Amino acid sequence: MTSFLFGAAASLLAMVAISLFVILRRSAEIDHMMAAQLLGTGGVAILLLLAVATETPSIVDVALLLSLFAAFAAVAFVRNASDPESEAQKAASGR
Amino acid sequence: MNLALNIFTIAAVSAGMFFFLAGTIGLLRFPDPLTRLHALTKVDNLGLGLVILGLLPQANGLFGALKLVSVWLLVQLSGAIVTQLIAGSVRQHGPQA
Repeated sequence: MTSFLFGAAASLLAMVAISLFVILRRSAEIDHMMAAQLLGTGGVAILLLLAVATETPSIVDVALLLSLFAAFAAVAFVRNASDPESEAQKAASGR
Repeated sequence: MNLALNIFTIAAVSAGMFFFLAGTIGLLRFPDPLTRLHALTKVDNLGLGLVILGLLPQANGLFGALKLVSVWLLVQLSGAIVTQLIAGSVRQHGPQA
């Protein structure tokens, strides 16, 4: 059972890493945000699998924090995108 | 009994992995941001949900299992809200926002 959980965690890690690599090469910022969300959810799943596989319950707390930070990161991104001041800065810098 | 629980864990975690794979491929292959968001929510809800459902029989005690469920509920709640926010941002600024 332990080796199955380790294998599942490793293949999830490979999946998330490959998709992060591909998505971060794209130009749209919204894709970068989705990559961060995927890392948040995938990271939570990997950490929970590791917590059960190694029988270390405190890793669950790390997973909880990671999911919280992913939510905060997305809210900060959307606030920044819809903020009129940052729009003006973008226009001024010619982007 | 133990064997049945182990088989349940393997089946549910494998199903969750399948949804993670499907969501990742969708995120990489779908043409525009809203369909990619759609793929991402499959990962959030079904992928993580099935992985946690599979891990429940292996958790240590009722408290550990409740903690796993609470992690899933938090991801579920924040995932739903964040997806709406990102979709609203796409609608407001176009796909390059």
